[in-house]
This record gives sequence, structure tokens and C-alpha cells, in this order.
Amino acid sequence: MAKHTPQFMPNTKQIEPLRILDENGKLLRGETPPMSDDLAIYAVKTMMMGRGFDEKSFSLQRQGRLGTFAPVIGQEASTLGPALALDPKRDWIAPQYRELPALLHMGLPFESIALYRLGRQAGACIPEGVHVLPHQISLAAQIPHAVGLGWGLKLQGKDGVSMAFFGDGASSEGDFHESCNLAGVMKAPVIFLLQDNGWAISTPRAIQTATTDFAARALGYGFPGFAVDGNDLFALYAATTEAVARARAGEGPTLIESRTFRMWAHTTADDPTRYVDPKVLEQWKKKDPIERVQKYLAAKGKWNDAMTAQFKEEVAAKVEKAYEYGFNYPPSKVEEIFENVFATITPQLERQRARHIALRS
Amino acid sequence: MPQMNMVEAIRDALKLEMLRDERVVLLGQDVGHLGGVFRVTDGLQQFFGPKRVFDTPLAEAVICGSALGLAFSGLVPVAEIQFLGFTHQAFHQICHQIARTRFRSRGSHPAQVTIRAPFGGGVKTPELHSDAIEAQFVQAPGIKIALPSNPYDAKGLLLQAIRDPDPVLFLEPLRGYRLVTGEVPEGDYTIPFGKLRVVREGTDVTLIAWSVAVGLCERAAEKLAEKGISAHVIDLRTIVPLDVEGLVAAVEKTGRAVVVQEAPRSASFGSEVIATIQEECFYSLEAPVKRVSPPDTPYPLHGLEDHYVPTVDMILKVVVESLNA
Ligand SMILES: Cc1ncc(C[n+]2csc(CCOP(=O)(O)OP(=O)(O)O)c2C)c(N)n1
Ligand SMILES: [Mg+2]
Repeated sequence: MAKHTPQFMPNTKQIEPLRILDENGKLLRGETPPMSDDLAIYAVKTMMMGRGFDEKSFSLQRQGRLGTFAPVIGQEASTLGPALALDPKRDWIAPQYRELPALLHMGLPFESIALYRLGRQAGACIPEGVHVLPHQISLAAQIPHAVGLGWGLKLQGKDGVSMAFFGDGASSEGDFHESCNLAGVMKAPVIFLLQDNGWAISTPRAIQTATTDFAARALGYGFPGFAVDGNDLFALYAATTEAVARARAGEGPTLIESRTFRMWAHTTADDPTRYVDPKVLEQWKKKDPIERVQKYLAAKGKWNDAMTAQFKEEVAAKVEKAYEYGFNYPPSKVEEIFENVFATITPQLERQRARHIALRS
Repeated sequence: MPQMNMVEAIRDALKLEMLRDERVVLLGQDVGHLGGVFRVTDGLQQFFGPKRVFDTPLAEAVICGSALGLAFSGLVPVAEIQFLGFTHQAFHQICHQIARTRFRSRGSHPAQVTIRAPFGGGVKTPELHSDAIEAQFVQAPGIKIALPSNPYDAKGLLLQAIRDPDPVLFLEPLRGYRLVTGEVPEGDYTIPFGKLRVVREGTDVTLIAWSVAVGLCERAAEKLAEKGISAHVIDLRTIVPLDVEGLVAAVEKTGRAVVVQEAPRSASFGSEVIATIQEECFYSLEAPVKRVSPPDTPYPLHGLEDHYVPTVDMILKVVVESLNA
């Protein structure tokens, strides 16, 4: 029998990602800035807030005053760039757990985040008007919600878009693949924002997937995919802005693969020195997503080291205040475990509450 | 005899069985190079090589489903799910496939598959990480469920689990992982399924538990002894199969029973224990059978955890109720 070649063969070489700013903050040849200087300054500050929050949280965690959490360090642009392309009033974000700058941009208050990290149930409540879905614990479980949300907005004639954030690891779950498939079929206005930060705890990308390009998976579901430098705020913003425009125009979903790197531990419970090559870490340090934009702005006379230092202090004070609020929050009460299980507590649960409290007093 | 904690005892069993039977392979998230997020499989990939211990993509359904396929191929897989709460992503594979394949195929396709997962609360990890959902699997006939409470049992029950011709869900207590230590024999031994352990002999009231709650009952029994109350404490060790005879004997001994569990109250394994007691030894009972458990509410964030999990004090109060009934 003659040998036949399948029509569809995997890439053998990784596609070059979209990149607009180089590592020194210079626009690449032929590129124009996708955002105003004012927006870029706002972005630098928001990214610095995310980083500052996590640095402080980390030290508090080490003192045993905080539960475990997933730091965003290294992925500030990867999370904020796409969020900037959204309109917080009509669009939505379905987060995983490592998207702090994006959530700040959407309006989640510092106090909520501090409370949540202190393990307080009140911190889990998303304030009204903040278009962010609840914290997710089950990986990839938020992706179907994002599809339903975007699809539902479309059914109701609204022009909102939903964006699901998830990691390279989460993209192995069935929930991700089923979501892409449905979103493609329904032409739902969804942006699948896959953050490939190299790791799922200790599992490297190479064990997560045999593909060279996560973005290529979009083809299998019948919609476009973008591979983007995940530490380039401008590239992320530009690609997502185009995806949002497509979604609003009724043209359906886009998969965006953001190639970035997790610079810190997975969570405070993890020890990455057991598996991350320090040389690779060193290379990624040179690609810092915040410094890149600072350099770009500095070249235009719009940012300088003094501003960095000053804003760092401002962030530290804000974070301090948020945790102060959290530490002084009224102590938790046993009654709280019975709240919001149902809209109205059932008589059966009322009996259990009475008994539970009696047995514990 | 060497002293070990739970993690070390489980690792010891895995290593022993992998040395004894080269068909045994391990798979799961982060189990290889890192040696598991709780270090249970620490060093095993380095020792046995990458063809015996596999890091997998992050997808529970295919970890469990492919474990069944590995068993069909002639291997003996031991899969790890990082937290029991995430077995729901594989619920259909565990309950509809692994548990039923022997019955479905009239015995032609058994499933010698072990699924290990830590579970239970008390370590400040939110929601699904802490869920004690063991009873959900009891409703999936065909899979056995072992829940060791101490290192000795962990090793013996795990060796039994891997060798058992039926699939086994092997549930490891998160809070006990490093906290509970004890003497563990170096060599090979198994503990049969369906045989409960009498933890402490007593005459006034029977405390029934499995996994981490056994330790709570032991501490309650010590406190009760100070008050002159003699508690008989039993550790079920496996909930499928349940040692009905042992349970009946333990309850008949005192005529009073209190079940202590980490799972929420309704339709839990405690409910099944109480139904069994009611059917089997109603006429020996001196008091209604009681349970100590969290209420029917989700596992909260860690700031509320201490209000939620059962405590020694709760057990003491309920025991007094039982004695006064
Ligand atoms: C369904 C499910 N399985 C396993 C876990 C445990 N877990 C938490 S985070 C994580 C790795 C996630 O990696 P990735 O999706 O790449 O996100 P990253 O942490 O890198 O941001 C794992 C395995 C979980 N939370 N949910
Ligand atoms: Mg990742």
C-alpha cells in the first residue's frame, strides 16, 4: 500500500509569539504603541500593586498569620494586559487564583483580598458591580462558567464579553476542552486566557502537553488562537483587544496563550528549588514585565526611579492598611458556618445549628 | 521496630510492593520528580525510574480512567489524586467504570486498581481540599474503601489494597500525615479488609470512628477515664467492606454508641453505621445511638475551620447525653 500523509500534522517548531515591546522597553520594528501613556502608567501602578500585595502577603504567611495563597509575581502583565482590554462595566472575568492585578483592575477592593487570605468568609463575597466570579478551587471549573456567562449575555442582546483565566495545568482538564467546544459551536463571546507559566506545581509544561503551541488547540475547536509574549503588556493588550472586538461583533471566542513564567513558589506551601532550574529563573528575571513598561515610559520622560520608589511606598502603605483592616475584623463566629448555605436556613439546618452551638459552648 | 509517620509508612508500603511486584506502577500529579505535594512518593521515581513512576497531566478523569486501562493491559496501577475533593473530576471513571467493570463484564474484566487520596480537614486548606466525602463512594458498589488512622495500619492496609483483586480507594488523613507516628514493622505484612480494630477496651460506651476521628476518640476516652467513664473505642479501618460482626459485638458490649466523623452529618457513613446498629442490635441498646460530626454545611475557609470540625469536647458532651439517656 502506498504511504499516505495525514492532512493535519503537529507543528514541530514553536511559533514566534506576538511581541511589541522588547525586553528593554523598546518598540519592536514596525510596531506602534497600542495604548496611551496614561494607560501605561496606570498599568505600571496596578502591576506594582499586585506585586506589592503578594510580597507583603508572603512575609505575613511566613509569620504564620495568613493562609496559603498563589503569588502572581512574574505574571503581572500576563494577567493585567488582557484585563485592560475589557470594560469592567459590561465585561466579566472568571479567575483561577493567580490574577491579582486583573482583579484589582476590575474593582475588587484590597480589603476583600486581605480578608480572603486571612481565611475570612466575608472576603469571599464579591462586592456588587464587580464583574468577577468567585474564587475557584477546582481547576478549570470556572471555564464552563465563563462560556455560559458570555453565551447568556449574548442571548440577552447584551454586548458583554467574558474572559476565563486558567493555567497550563488547568488546560489539561476536560472542563477546558468541553468549554472550547461549546463556545465554538455557540459562537459565545468568550476569551480563553491560558497562562502558560511553565509549571503546574512541579509538573513542567512538557508533561502537560505534547503540543508546541497551546494556541494551536483553538483550530480544533473552530476558532482563532493567539500566542503572545506573556511578559509584554502591550502585546497582551493588543491581542486581547482584537479578541474582544471579535467577540463583541458576534464572531465568537478566541484562545490566547500567554507565555510567561511563575517567578515564585506555586503557593506558600511549595518549594520550587526542588524542581525549577535556577538558570532558567535567571533568564526570566531579565524579562520582568513591570520593568519593561517602566523603561518604555522612562524613555519618554514619563517615569523614573524616584517614582518607582515613591509608588512602592504608597503600595506598601495601602497593603498594610488592608491587612490592618483584616486583622481588626470582628472575630469569626460559629453561626457563620450556617450562613448562605441556602437563601433561607432550612428548619433541619436550624436544628443542627442549635445542636452544634450547644455542643461547642 | 522503626518509628514512622503516616507519610513514611505509606511510602514504605509502595516501595516494598514495587520491589516485590514489577507490574506495580505509580501515576498522578506531581508524584514523580517532586515526590508528591505531601512527599508520599518522595524518591520513588529516582529509585525505580521513570517507567514505574509517572507525572501526569493535570486531569483526574484520565488519571483514573487510564489506570483502569493499565490494569486491563496487565499492570497494577496505583494512582494518586492530590486531594479527595478532586476525585469528582473523575467520579464517572471511579464509580461507573472502575467500580463496576467486574460486575459489568461478569468477571472477565476485573480492576486491580488502587486510588490513593488524602482527605479531611484541620490543616487550613479551603473547601474541597478538606472535604471528607468517603460516603459518596459507598454508593458505588464494587470499590473497597480503606481509611487508615495510624502508620501501622496504613502500611498493612495499603499492601492489602494493592494486592486486592478488587479496586480500592485508599484514603489518607491529611491532618495525620506527619502528626500521627508509631511503630511500623520493616517487612511485609497485610491487614485484612473488613476487620475492625479495637483501639481501647471499655465497658460504658462505644466510640466508633475511622481515619483521623479515631485519634479524637482516643483523646476523648482518656478524658472520660479521668471521670471514671470507660469508653470502648473502635477503628473501622475499612468502610467497604464494613465489619458488621465486629461492630455489633462492640456495641453490644456497652449498649451505648457514639459515631464520630469528619464528614457532614446527613447520608454520611455514620448514618449507615447507625442504621446497621439499629437493625442488628436494637435490643441491646440502652440509649439512642448518637453522632458527632460537622453540620450539613460546606467546609469553610480556614478562619472558620475551628468552629466546624468535631472536637474532643463535643464527644464528651454527647457521651454524657448517651449515659444519661
Ligand atoms: C481539579 C483540581 N485538581 C488538582 C488541584 C490541585 N492543584 C492546585 S493548583 C495546581 C496546579 C495548577 O497549575 P496551572 O493550572 O498551570 O496554574 P498555575 O498554578 O501555574 O498558575 C494543582 C495540581 C486542584 N486545585 N483542582
Ligand atoms: Mg501553570
